[in-house]
Amino acid sequence: MTAATESEKLEKAHLSWPGEIYNVLRNLEVTIAAYVPDGGHAELIQRLHDDPAVTAVPLTTEEEGVALVSGAWMGGKRGVLLMQSSGVGNCVNMLSLVKICRFPLLTLVTMRGEWGEFNPWQVPMGSATQEALEIMDVKVFRTSVPSDVAPTVEAAGQMAFLGGTPAAVLLSQRLIGAKVFAK
Amino acid sequence: MTYSNTARTAPLDRRAAVLGIVEGRRDLLAVASLGSPTYDLAAAGDHERNFYLWGAMGGAATFGLGLALAQPEVPVLVLLGDGECLMGLGALATIAVQRPSNLSIVVLDNGLYGETGAQRSHTSGGLTKLDQVARACGISETMCVETEAQVRELAERVNHRGAGPLVAVVRINGEEQPRCLPSRDGVALKTRMRHALGLESM
Repeated sequence: MTAATESEKLEKAHLSWPGEIYNVLRNLEVTIAAYVPDGGHAELIQRLHDDPAVTAVPLTTEEEGVALVSGAWMGGKRGVLLMQSSGVGNCVNMLSLVKICRFPLLTLVTMRGEWGEFNPWQVPMGSATQEALEIMDVKVFRTSVPSDVAPTVEAAGQMAFLGGTPAAVLLSQRLIGAKVFAK
Repeated sequence: MTYSNTARTAPLDRRAAVLGIVEGRRDLLAVASLGSPTYDLAAAGDHERNFYLWGAMGGAATFGLGLALAQPEVPVLVLLGDGECLMGLGALATIAVQRPSNLSIVVLDNGLYGETGAQRSHTSGGLTKLDQVARACGISETMCVETEAQVRELAERVNHRGAGPLVAVVRINGEEQPRCLPSRDGVALKTRMRHALGLESM
């Protein structure tokens, strides 16, 4: 069908990077998506909620998600954990579960406290996000360019689910855009 | 100074209560939080469908939620101590949103941090009422278990799906029990439960 192909092409051309992440996650057979909301994840969260094949799980705090996706994987389902950089600090002890039991972890982290940050309170944890993951042996990928997002998430997902290596993708503040505080 | 502690006079023995809950199990998946709930579950008889946490405090309930969401046809039981439940109170709200009908959260409440010298917890003397916290979080089915008959009722319930999740608080006495130590090998325990579910190790 030429028309369908054309419309698919059009859709692909206009697909945002969060939309591309959604497609990658579905191709990775992720069906459980745990999250603490962040503005940078808003579109992806909406897409996941809109998909009846995905169970989207709002959390009260990020470490709940580390345990939740581990439990889901125990039961045979792949999960993803979405959070903001500030939430990484909340996860440190819970990452023991991932490490000691070798649960696959895929987490996508929207960064605050770096590129053009307006709020100084975001800076300390934003500056320590990568190290906080690395001290618990989570492999960290970082991406700042829209065209690089999907391949990076795909690579991280493969390492997590096939390579048995907990993986995090940091979606940089430059990619997302510094938060604007209008008076 | 001596504190009054109603938990010390609670009638139920933790080992007998946990044995009563799991002894008639069929396909039940059981997760126990670190410390005494893990020893209690092991003392009731090791099982390939048991998963013991030796750390990750505060995460047992949401681990159970993930398991329940992934295996919606299989009943999932999570045994928590009161300290574990208090550390992850938000999990009750997260579970309430998902409403898994195959998840039972059973809190073994003696109002004490038994593993660290029996310091009083926030539930001591009935101050923080975890069944009421669960209700206020939106979990409509809660139980407060104080008799052997109620333990039998709970045992029947955890092996079946309900209308939604269950949170039961079992009032146990603070008597210390001999430790019963199951495997601490996280990978082995994980692989064992996955195999029991017909899943590969990775």
